[in-house]
Amino acid sequence: MKKTVFLGALTVAGLAAGLVSAGTLDDVKARGKLNCGVTTGVPGFAEPDANGVWQGFDVAVCRAVAAAVLGDNMAVEFVPTTGKTRFTALASGEIDLLARNTTWTMSRDVDLKFEFVGVNYYDGQGFMVPASLGVSSAAELDGATVCIQTGTTTELNLADFFRANGISYEPVPIETGSEAAQLFLAGSCDVYTTDRSALAAQRANFPNPDDYVVLPDVVSKEPLGPLVRHGDNDWGDIARWTLNALITAEELGVTSDNIAEMSAGTNNPEINRLLGSEGTLGEMLGLDAEWAKRAIMSGGNYGEVFESNIGAATNIGLSRGLNAQWKDGGLIYSPPFR
Amino acid sequence: MSSTTQTRASKFSLSMLINDTRYRSTTFQVIALIGLIFAMGYLVSNLLSNLADAGLNISWRFFGETAGYDINQMPIEYNNQMSHGRASLVGAVNTLIVAFLACVSATILGVVAGVLRLSNNWVVSKLMAIYVEAFRNVPVLIWILIIFLVMSNVLPQPREFRGDAAASSMWFDMVAFTNRGVYIPRLVLDDLGWVVFAAFGLSIIGVFAFRRYARNLLFNTGRLIPTFLPSIGILIIPTVLVYFALGSPIGLENPALKGFNFKGGLHLRLSLIALWFALAIYTGAFIAENVRAGIQAISYGQTEAAAALGMRPGRIMSLIILPQALRVIVPPLISQYLNITKNSSLAIAVGYMDITGTLGGITLNQTGRAIECILVLMLFYLVISLSISAIMNVYNNAMKLKER
Repeated sequence: MKKTVFLGALTVAGLAAGLVSAGTLDDVKARGKLNCGVTTGVPGFAEPDANGVWQGFDVAVCRAVAAAVLGDNMAVEFVPTTGKTRFTALASGEIDLLARNTTWTMSRDVDLKFEFVGVNYYDGQGFMVPASLGVSSAAELDGATVCIQTGTTTELNLADFFRANGISYEPVPIETGSEAAQLFLAGSCDVYTTDRSALAAQRANFPNPDDYVVLPDVVSKEPLGPLVRHGDNDWGDIARWTLNALITAEELGVTSDNIAEMSAGTNNPEINRLLGSEGTLGEMLGLDAEWAKRAIMSGGNYGEVFESNIGAATNIGLSRGLNAQWKDGGLIYSPPFR
Repeated sequence: MSSTTQTRASKFSLSMLINDTRYRSTTFQVIALIGLIFAMGYLVSNLLSNLADAGLNISWRFFGETAGYDINQMPIEYNNQMSHGRASLVGAVNTLIVAFLACVSATILGVVAGVLRLSNNWVVSKLMAIYVEAFRNVPVLIWILIIFLVMSNVLPQPREFRGDAAASSMWFDMVAFTNRGVYIPRLVLDDLGWVVFAAFGLSIIGVFAFRRYARNLLFNTGRLIPTFLPSIGILIIPTVLVYFALGSPIGLENPALKGFNFKGGLHLRLSLIALWFALAIYTGAFIAENVRAGIQAISYGQTEAAAALGMRPGRIMSLIILPQALRVIVPPLISQYLNITKNSSLAIAVGYMDITGTLGGITLNQTGRAIECILVLMLFYLVISLSISAIMNVYNNAMKLKER
């Protein structure tokens, strides 16, 4: 009797192990939910609203993937991660996708065995100082006290920048962005440095935003994008092409307003292939024909997602800049749907 | 008689391992040990195979690679071109610094508060009771954050010291309290500066020798000579004489406002102060209770007996009560020192770069080697804690009741 129970338990364990090694896509479908890693709260990028519903630019990527795979953009379990826990969470399989303004670097891609599926925001590290300091360039910051969020590429860029310019500084490492902002407002540091998008987002929440200026210096390239684990290329493809679908939709003028009409068929073959009225692109991904349509309907195309979360009309107030479509002089560019 | 013993020994059977009380406990301990080894082995092999499945491995190479980040408090030489190993070492030294400072101040605070809590003065004893209850019942992380936030918001910024009609000024032109920390003068040693320190060290040895002499004199002849003033004299006079004889070889470097910050002097960063004070007052409350328990463990009859022999209250405390109370105080004190050391890992809350902040924080993040970093971190705290225990146990053995 006992032996049977033991053998039975072994079989179940073996089966469970077999299930785990199946693809992430099957796991997500079986679970009925996408586990998506986000920040613990950066206004505009990922933050729960007053009703506890996650909103933001990075959140929109999670929702689009959930819509494409599961047909429901609310079927997402958001897992807040810190700069420290994010990679472990992804590597251990706790989350299926990490959309947490994470900089695409070679060592993360190669050494940590992750796969960046694209770039959804081109950022760069900048500096914010009180306007009363009268500083116009970061090169004048010799001897300044600098608040940095610890556990990011920011620390390394900062060290490189000050070393390259031969000037000194005093780093004050801080665990979270909101704490850093508090210290900066209290004057415990002269300078606050992080990605320029985050600087703009936090400055918008300051009591007197006009008393602070973001210096023009951009000291690093920070291509931020969603990432998945190495080794499951099918899942990586789904995440990559969902992001590309949002970008292509903006390029081709497909918006959440006209998508219903366009999905019936247009005379532009690329739109037809994207929205599934022509070709078998969805089938190639292991999804149905309307995957991209659902992804776009979840929050609109790339441009709509940008404008509604962090665009000029929001209180974050970021302009498109580098993140404009390539034909408008930006860097946002999707390979063709063909 | 001897023959029966022999037959017993020769009749040893396997069942005796369970049934014979002589072997039973060993048997079960061996079984438990084997079980533990298998459980650990399973966990480790599970970890290794999962890592292998994910295409990852355990590698220690990152310790030799360039760290690339800066650390603000550098007790040993460090720059961002040095290795992760060196950065971890800086963090380790920072941990030891704050742990040492907090242990010393918590002990002083605890002993004072514990003795005063037993005071006959109602106000003093109630004040100490309030201190103990307020500080040990609020988590230490909250105290760290409170001290840090209050200091960063209340103290003036360095720029407020600027100009002729400055909003803030330095104390005696030597000490500046800012919301980036406290700047104090630093000792600057000339070539012969070490001689003064050597003289001071010899004086300390001299004080101990003198007190031992006085003690032996008391025990041998019963003659009591004053020790307090002579001790102070031995401690200070030779050092001062040497200092002036060598032409003041030790100078002071005062901090001065230059550019964005104060330069020169010694910078006690806000993060260090917040962590140090919070750990000291929090753990001091626990130590106060240990001290009170230790003193109350000595029966009051001893105090009365000593008083009946004509001893004064100060002598009763130092010669009768405290030596016996230490036996009760020291063992829990060891735990408090261990707590301070381990609680110092909350440093990251205020950005103090201890080993959790460097090795377990930035290095872990930049290299992504979470398992390796955490293992080394665990090993570090284990070694430090065991060392503290070992040292304190030696002290405890010296203090414990010597039965004759």
